[in-house]
Amino acid sequence: MSELRELYQQVILDHNKTPRNFGKLECANREQEGYNPLCGDHLHVYLQVDDDGVIEDIRFEGSGCAISKASASLMTDAVKGRSSEEAEAAFSSFQALVTSDVDSPVDEGQVGKLAVFAGVREFPMRIKCATLAWHTMRAALDQQTVPSTTE
Amino acid sequence: MTAPPPSLSLPPQAAVATPSNDNLDVEAVRRDFPILQQTVRGKPLVYLDNAATTQKPRAVIDAVTHYYENENANIHRGVHFLSQQATFAYERARGRVGKFLNAADSSEIIFVRGTTEGINLVARGYGRAKVGQGDEILISHMEHHSNIVPWQMLCEEKGASLRVVPVDDDGELVMEEYERLLGDRTRLVAVTHASNALGTVNPIAQIVSLAHDRGVPVLVDGAQGVPHMPVDVRQLDCDFYLFSGHKLFGPTGIGVLYGKRHLLDDMAPYQGGGSMIKSVTLENTTFADVPTKFEAGTPNIAGAIGLAAAIDYVNDIGQDRIDAYESGLLDYATQRLGELADLRIIGSARQKVSVISFVMNDAHPHDIGTILDSEGIAIRTGHHCAQPLMQRYQVSATARASLAFYNTRDEIDALTDGLVRVHEVLG
Ligand SMILES: Cc1ncc(COP(=O)(O)O)c(C=O)c1O
Repeated sequence: MSELRELYQQVILDHNKTPRNFGKLECANREQEGYNPLCGDHLHVYLQVDDDGVIEDIRFEGSGCAISKASASLMTDAVKGRSSEEAEAAFSSFQALVTSDVDSPVDEGQVGKLAVFAGVREFPMRIKCATLAWHTMRAALDQQTVPSTTE
Repeated sequence: MTAPPPSLSLPPQAAVATPSNDNLDVEAVRRDFPILQQTVRGKPLVYLDNAATTQKPRAVIDAVTHYYENENANIHRGVHFLSQQATFAYERARGRVGKFLNAADSSEIIFVRGTTEGINLVARGYGRAKVGQGDEILISHMEHHSNIVPWQMLCEEKGASLRVVPVDDDGELVMEEYERLLGDRTRLVAVTHASNALGTVNPIAQIVSLAHDRGVPVLVDGAQGVPHMPVDVRQLDCDFYLFSGHKLFGPTGIGVLYGKRHLLDDMAPYQGGGSMIKSVTLENTTFADVPTKFEAGTPNIAGAIGLAAAIDYVNDIGQDRIDAYESGLLDYATQRLGELADLRIIGSARQKVSVISFVMNDAHPHDIGTILDSEGIAIRTGHHCAQPLMQRYQVSATARASLAFYNTRDEIDALTDGLVRVHEVLG
């Protein structure tokens, strides 16, 4: 039970119920669809990246479980206003966190708010739920700039 | 569910047993399954994922062990004692499967890895020869991916097209549409006996008879059929029937393709190699007769023997009795889950096997699965390899409880309590 509480922490439940930066980003210049074939979860990440590679805005849409939705929501908070390199670094530390040994200490200085996802380590089948949004964001970043649909 | 008459393979005492919910001693049955005795996360295991794979009774585990400890050798090859023993056991297993399905002859039973491989074998061996440019293959909207993808691949290769019989809101095939779609260009109908995602049992005899009126053969995916009801392939008059051993309380890696002998005789081999030949020169090969023609290489001997033991086990209990018990359990589960206000069952066909798919407001199936798991309850969550069907009901996934004859009402109560907890956890 305590493991379940670790997984479904209040912060995660809040972000699941009221995700931040949810919806389509009309002025996006990069976007990517993410899909988890195992569970059918779908995610769409929109980015607006300026000429210096700074993520000026980010939004997401899609359907998924509490973990994947909360992860997408917290991710948008974590990378908004950051440079592409910083977003990349955040991805790496998040990935390292959720795939680390269950007993290894969590470096809160490194991952900040994202530390709430440490509980996922007890549930190996759910790691993909937590990382889907991050992989999708990264794939979007790697794209060449595409004209946004409104232009 | 109305069951066809029992197959000839039933032992006398099972054949005369009057089906009733009460005469299956579930506690005794449970003692036959070693895995059911364990606890998971500190709670007694409640295994409700039987449509994915079933647990194995001691009789099956012992049969496989006995084979490896006493009879293991390659088959059809050696003149030595053990090879004869192994060959005999393997062929006896084929005979038992043939009786179980009431096939006309045991040569109509081909051992394969499972339903998936069997369907691919028919798509290659039959489909490639009989389906051409502009022809049609007719499937249904409730098929498992394994009865969709091989046909898509064949259609792609041949320039043929795949037609799909729709499913109504209750989860039943729309039979008028089926009749309409059966056309001059239909070369094969491929349809599931029972849906793994909805539980719907399809009217196979009627489907076959309508197809045969137009000279079209029918393949039946019986993966969810044989575990729940007696199947008589001659009464159904289907042309191909498939099932997987692991969903019938037998081992993984073994399955069965039944095919009418004259169709099998005409079919090209699926794979080439040892065993499936009469003679080989460097220029030319004469293929062996059915069924050996389709069993290239060393087969899963232990698997076939384990499957035969599983069939004996099921026959001993009696398929009619299993059917009756599971129907009672399904009714109970449908009633209990119906008490939960925010839960919606997907699939309410008049005839169902013991499968309940459902969704809950504000709780994704994955979260439901994880929370139930913490109570020791195993269910399946996801698209159940039936994504087109999920799209039909506009959900990306469901939670699914699938019941076997070793499940109990107490376990259904545990499931219901677990589902109440979902909201406590998710807030
Ligand atoms: C209806 C149906 N068809 C086919 C299959 C595929 O069976 P297997 O994976 O054993 O080949 C399954 C199993 O998931 C099934 O439920």
